[in-house]
Amino acid sequence: MDQAIILEKSIFIFTIFAITMLAAMYSTWAERKVAAWLQDRIGPNRAGPLGLLQPLADGMKLFSKEEFLPNTPNKFLFVAGPAISMSVALMTSAVIPWGDKLIIGGRTVILQATDINIGVLYVFGVLSVGVYGIMIGGWASNNKFSLMSAMRAASQMISYEVAMGMSLIALLMMSGDLSLKTISEQQAEWHWNVLYQPLGFIIFLVCSFAETNRTPFDLAECEAELIGGYHTEYSSMRMGFYLFAEYASMFISSTILAVLYFGAYNYPGMAWAVEHWGVNAANGIGIAVLFIKICAFIFFFMWVRWTIPRFRYDQLMRLGWQGLIPLAIANIFITGVIILWHDGKLF
Amino acid sequence: MSTVLIIFFILSAVTLATAFLTVFTKNPIHSAIYLVLCFFSVAGHYLLFNAQFLAVVHVIVYSGAIMILFLFTVMLMNLNKEDEVHKPRTTRLAAGIIFILTCLVLLAIFIQTKPIVGPYDDTGVDYQSIKVLGNVLLNEYMVPFEFASVLLLVGMIGAVLLSKREKTEKK
Amino acid sequence: MSVQTMSLSGRKKEVSNKKMTFWESLYLVAIVKGLFITIGHLFTRKVTVKYPEEVRTRAGIWRGQHMLKRDEQGRENCTACGLCALSCPAEAITMTAAERKPDEKHLYREEKYASVYEINMLRCIFCGLCEEACPKDAIYLTESKVLVPASYDREDFIFGKDKLVMPLEMAMANAKNRQN
Repeated sequence: MDQAIILEKSIFIFTIFAITMLAAMYSTWAERKVAAWLQDRIGPNRAGPLGLLQPLADGMKLFSKEEFLPNTPNKFLFVAGPAISMSVALMTSAVIPWGDKLIIGGRTVILQATDINIGVLYVFGVLSVGVYGIMIGGWASNNKFSLMSAMRAASQMISYEVAMGMSLIALLMMSGDLSLKTISEQQAEWHWNVLYQPLGFIIFLVCSFAETNRTPFDLAECEAELIGGYHTEYSSMRMGFYLFAEYASMFISSTILAVLYFGAYNYPGMAWAVEHWGVNAANGIGIAVLFIKICAFIFFFMWVRWTIPRFRYDQLMRLGWQGLIPLAIANIFITGVIILWHDGKLF
Repeated sequence: MSTVLIIFFILSAVTLATAFLTVFTKNPIHSAIYLVLCFFSVAGHYLLFNAQFLAVVHVIVYSGAIMILFLFTVMLMNLNKEDEVHKPRTTRLAAGIIFILTCLVLLAIFIQTKPIVGPYDDTGVDYQSIKVLGNVLLNEYMVPFEFASVLLLVGMIGAVLLSKREKTEKK
Repeated sequence: MSVQTMSLSGRKKEVSNKKMTFWESLYLVAIVKGLFITIGHLFTRKVTVKYPEEVRTRAGIWRGQHMLKRDEQGRENCTACGLCALSCPAEAITMTAAERKPDEKHLYREEKYASVYEINMLRCIFCGLCEEACPKDAIYLTESKVLVPASYDREDFIFGKDKLVMPLEMAMANAKNRQN
């Protein structure tokens, strides 16, 4: 029995890992396609049908490039930087409920790697560690411009983490639990959190843009102008790791947005589907629904990227500290008042 | 030897090693990174106690926020050996005396302690749940909790004041 | 009308440095507006031309690779007078003249012809001045309808008569068309 669980979990974790990598790979393809479509172009269409082999071609190119090591006294940290970024980006998926449950051969398989009851905090812990990848990499490059943009990226991530946490507090006040599984179960049918926490959702969304270092908050990298910012000195697959980590974390934050605010794997009529079509079919649809939501968010990330120019640094800081944090605090206050009023404890 | 014990020994070794390296490394950034590793292994110790909440909060607050700000300052200050301030002899003497006194106090405490052998109380309450934790914090430990918040507020005001004064001086 | 109020394009906008309100400083409304503009472009016609498979239509007077013409009997028009080389602003054309032998009458129209005629395609700017200067109607840029292809070596861009002279079949076809 014990071994069966270990086997089941290993298969599951392996699948999640593969899916995350695949999603990150095809995000690069999707990014180029979406960019092209929004600019009235077609986008990559030479490597394979619809350019679907483009990520493989890019990967081949990165692998076959020379791995340049700058003259830095911190060779180990230089290599550790992208490694930390990559592993952190992949770690978060451990606590995400990808579906409710499946029944395979009489066994109930919970579609979550591990259900720890502090799931949300775990996500935050991992996110806050992600800054190290950028900082250490930027510093070990032994290049003052890399260092400066690493500083910018780090201070941006720290600032927006505060607003992100505050916007989540209002949500947690309603759910009363930190487990992502419980939060998704609470959003059954149509009770999606975005309907109860619209302001919190917007703040969380903006912050997740900042956390993933994407436009309009990508001024740490400025792909074209600053030659990549903190990964200026990186080449070959080490740089590929940084870029890959960015896409992986975009996938993960889309997933978290979908799980926390858009009802995770729930869809209206799920209870009915369980009753009439069976648990497996209903949950299969649930997984598909979750992935549709994730794809929609990824598309949104890209849509925003090819719409908005990036903020100036002072605008970014003002938006974070003077715009989003007061709004988040106001949101906490309003939520508290409404909860008390709802429970009849206000007067 | 049980698995937990093995993990404990590994974690302790990592904690001690990184803590010593923090002190002995010449490069300030390396020592800051060793401190981060030390904090992570301490979080591991919390996990061994099954205190998941504490472990994750420890990672978020210490490794995720404080140490990053620390690294930040150290990286920007560009501390080198050349511009290290020479400390006067009296300061060194004072530091040495304080260190010895602290050691004595700690030793005295360790000699006085007796290991408590006995079963843990089973309260039947899950202290991992934030609901229980919140209740305990805001009912039983209300006063210390509020004191901590006042302390943090004072610290924040202090930081704001420090940064403000510099501005007026420059004008 | 004073300069301050004038607007030639009709789309003039006054720049203002007014302080933004709290709501404006969140940029939310502006961002949503921008998003609607870009999503509109998702459904517009794509302007890409998939080049090697699909070539955009060119104007009738489009200037491409040069062609040294033949007349209706398939004889080369060029008499190696050198006016094209003289008029060329990029100095891309060189030639060597030779006298026509009696048994070459079916090959060259004039008594003198160009035994070597070379155009350096790296220098050529496709201005068409050689075409204007030619007194014998011998060189044209609009006839071949061919782009000068890319290559790896500089030497490959010096086009000799083998690449420039109009193919015989084309001259025959032209002659046939003229008769009809």
